[in-house]
Amino acid sequence: MIKFKIFTIVLCMIMLSLSACSNSGKKKDEHGNSVKEIPSITIMTHDSFSVSKEVVAKFEAKIKAKMVILKSGDAGEALNKAILSKNNPFADIFYGVDNTFLSRALKADMFVTYTPLHLDKVDNALKLDSKNTLIPVDFGDVCLNYDIKWFQDNNKQPPAMLEDLIKSEYRGLTVVENPATSSPGLAFLLATISRFGQDGYIDYWQKLKANDVLITNGWKEAYWGKFTAASKGNRPVVVSYASSPAAEVFYSETKLDKAPTGVVIANGSAFRQIEFAGVLKGTKNMKLAKKTMDFILSKDFQEDIPLQMFVFPASREAALPEVFKNHAQITKEPAFLDSDLINSKRDAWIRHWTEKILQ
Amino acid sequence: MKKYLHPYALAGVIPACFFLIFYFYPLVGIFIKSFFDPLLNPDQLDVSVFDQVFLSARMMKIIWFTFWQAGLSTLLTLVFALPSAFVMSHYVFKGKKIIKILASIPFVLPAIVVATAFQACFGENSFFGFTIKNPLMLILLAHVFYNFSVMLRIITGFWASLQGQIKEAAMVLGANPLQVFLNITLPLLKPAILAASVLVFIFCFSSFGIILILGGPSYSTIEAEIYRQAAHLFNLRVASCLSLIQILFTFALMWIYTLFTKRAARFTPDAGQANLKKPDRWWEKILIAAVTVFIITLCVIPLLALVVKSLSHNGEWTFLFYKALFHNASDSIFYIPPFHAIKYSFLFAGAALVIALVTGLCAAFFIRFADFNISNKISTFFDPIFMLPLSTSAVTLGFGIIITLDKPPLNLRTSIFLIPIVHALVGFPFVLRTILPALRSIPQNLADAASMLGASPFKIWRYIDLPLISKGLVAGAIFAFTISLGEFGATIFTARPETPTIPVAIYRFLSQPGAINYGQAMAVSTILMITTAIGFIVIENFRIENSEGF
Repeated sequence: MIKFKIFTIVLCMIMLSLSACSNSGKKKDEHGNSVKEIPSITIMTHDSFSVSKEVVAKFEAKIKAKMVILKSGDAGEALNKAILSKNNPFADIFYGVDNTFLSRALKADMFVTYTPLHLDKVDNALKLDSKNTLIPVDFGDVCLNYDIKWFQDNNKQPPAMLEDLIKSEYRGLTVVENPATSSPGLAFLLATISRFGQDGYIDYWQKLKANDVLITNGWKEAYWGKFTAASKGNRPVVVSYASSPAAEVFYSETKLDKAPTGVVIANGSAFRQIEFAGVLKGTKNMKLAKKTMDFILSKDFQEDIPLQMFVFPASREAALPEVFKNHAQITKEPAFLDSDLINSKRDAWIRHWTEKILQ
Repeated sequence: MKKYLHPYALAGVIPACFFLIFYFYPLVGIFIKSFFDPLLNPDQLDVSVFDQVFLSARMMKIIWFTFWQAGLSTLLTLVFALPSAFVMSHYVFKGKKIIKILASIPFVLPAIVVATAFQACFGENSFFGFTIKNPLMLILLAHVFYNFSVMLRIITGFWASLQGQIKEAAMVLGANPLQVFLNITLPLLKPAILAASVLVFIFCFSSFGIILILGGPSYSTIEAEIYRQAAHLFNLRVASCLSLIQILFTFALMWIYTLFTKRAARFTPDAGQANLKKPDRWWEKILIAAVTVFIITLCVIPLLALVVKSLSHNGEWTFLFYKALFHNASDSIFYIPPFHAIKYSFLFAGAALVIALVTGLCAAFFIRFADFNISNKISTFFDPIFMLPLSTSAVTLGFGIIITLDKPPLNLRTSIFLIPIVHALVGFPFVLRTILPALRSIPQNLADAASMLGASPFKIWRYIDLPLISKGLVAGAIFAFTISLGEFGATIFTARPETPTIPVAIYRFLSQPGAINYGQAMAVSTILMITTAIGFIVIENFRIENSEGF
């Protein structure tokens, strides 16, 4: 009986704590309402988005609005959620459409045309939407990473270009991600299509397969499960980002002078992923949303990007942090495919690849 | 005769409303949108969606694989769980409680963490000295690892209350132990075995993370394919079509199951002290030792591998990763202070537990009431329906919630209340399945007798029904709690940085390179395991009557 009472009491406590939770939520709203000068701007984005507390504080001081961030799954899922809710949008801004999804986003006709301040500081090569409904905000290069120590210990040269991977001395050394389920995996597939053409890429992949390439479904499994530099795996070459060595240095337990991993970016081996942001149609606060876009391209926000998301800022005026200057390389000639071509062929390429390489 | 509505009939309203609002409304919304909104799939209008699904060799292969891996996983789990349940329900021995708690912890771990643990145990340089490379073996092993405790808890709880005169009577009449087991114990256990098997089957049937991560690209289930179609290809028609296949199949399976359990043997469970004994014969001791070693090998060693990884770096013991948890290296606003994550995880799990228990209890009592007083048909229909959330694709339901729960008064799509509600939707079938076998076995005349003696319906509920189902209730509560802690179907809602949970923290660390991120992910996984264990101990101590044995 006593236990029953305890049970009831605990039930009540949980209920109370829940309602307390809801009250605190309401208080925030009331607070927001009572101080009418502070509205909020909601940014819908993917799970990899990050921003520093300092920049949020600057945003709130400059724009005089609270920044609310909604993470909505991986890049594809977040965009699809935004498209589904376009008649009654979650947010004022969407951040993180990449160039493989650009056409899908533009076709959904859910962004407002707006040319933010500082857009002139962005390289023209990054501006893929001529109408400026989606604005380039950051970019990263997907490429092969290799374990420097492994290649030293085994007295081998690390690979220098995509063609090396199908040579017999690199047999069984590479792990890549499935383009059907992974965004770096898709970028790598596009790099091979750009390099070997729509007619030649399957041939390259078949040789890669014959050379015992390992395919995982996601970046986490490949990097944390199979890559020799980051796990107990047995693959010293992995598909990751050109900025991964910088992350390895930044997130090392001891101060490192030299990154433990190297990158292969020459000869069109790296595919550039450009991320875009835009103001969603149906925003209740157009003026503030546009100001937010200005802020996203400002130096404050752009300089924060590298260490938060480990990609490069779109704006040329943003200075890179030391760890990026020393350990992250920008690809001079990345592989390139037209985003309309990607959109119209993406599914067919993936299907083709799945049939020929997986089965 | 009865002019007033019986409270149990009214109880059915609560789960029915809960389901209508949070399950059927979003699902119907997304189905209608995906099948009838031409704007969503302009390029695929010429090919019928059913052709895309049923005429594609790849899809048929996926559907077939989904079925047989689930069947095989369930069978394997049952083979291992049955002897363990026998030991757990018959004997007292040292360390039993701890083993039971440890066996349930795998249930909360994210698939990527399980993959890490398996890599340590069965990959290159493994503890055991042998490696398992076959992805299918790894999938089956992981499913046993996850679901072992579901079988163990449900069957043990039922078995413990089976003890009694009936077996002794058979023995006296000259039956040998094998005869007793085959002709008495097994038929009586059937409801629990079936309930547990159905749960595990549906769980493996909709397996997602394990298949993607351990199986690699050559293996895919319907659930994984739905995710791919919906999240990456944005082909909502095919995704919805596959979701419908999943739902219809689950309904059919549950319908058959309900028919089977109706014909199962009935008995009165014993709510009193179960007569557990100490092992005294040699074979009993060996059996206990074997079961203990098995559970430790299956569950404890992989978990321990994670703890070791969180505490060591370059072969040295260190608290470095734990210390790093308290330090926001990049000053990110998404930095998750460990105690915040623990707090929100507990808060959401507690709330999900309460919602799942309340709705589950109401549904169970309603179904039993319908069994006796209205018509069997009602429960044959409702029982399967209540199981559907377990096998409904998270991404489909999530998309449905986005387009339907977006206006006041149900503007919930970004609300934190949606999190425990969605977790409870998945926890609810567990509560129902753990309570219902026990509840159905209570003869109606027990309540009638009490009623005749002047007991009010509340008193009957409180002093007869509740004690008799308390073991099932604890098991159900544990599952509801763990499902929420492990955050199955995290894709359903949109995460906000203000209310992080432990699994969110694990994913955040694993999403960027760097040794310290990896170490911290292992440290947070260890914290998740400890948190879960504490949760189990707390829930188990809420038992309503102190019936030992489970």
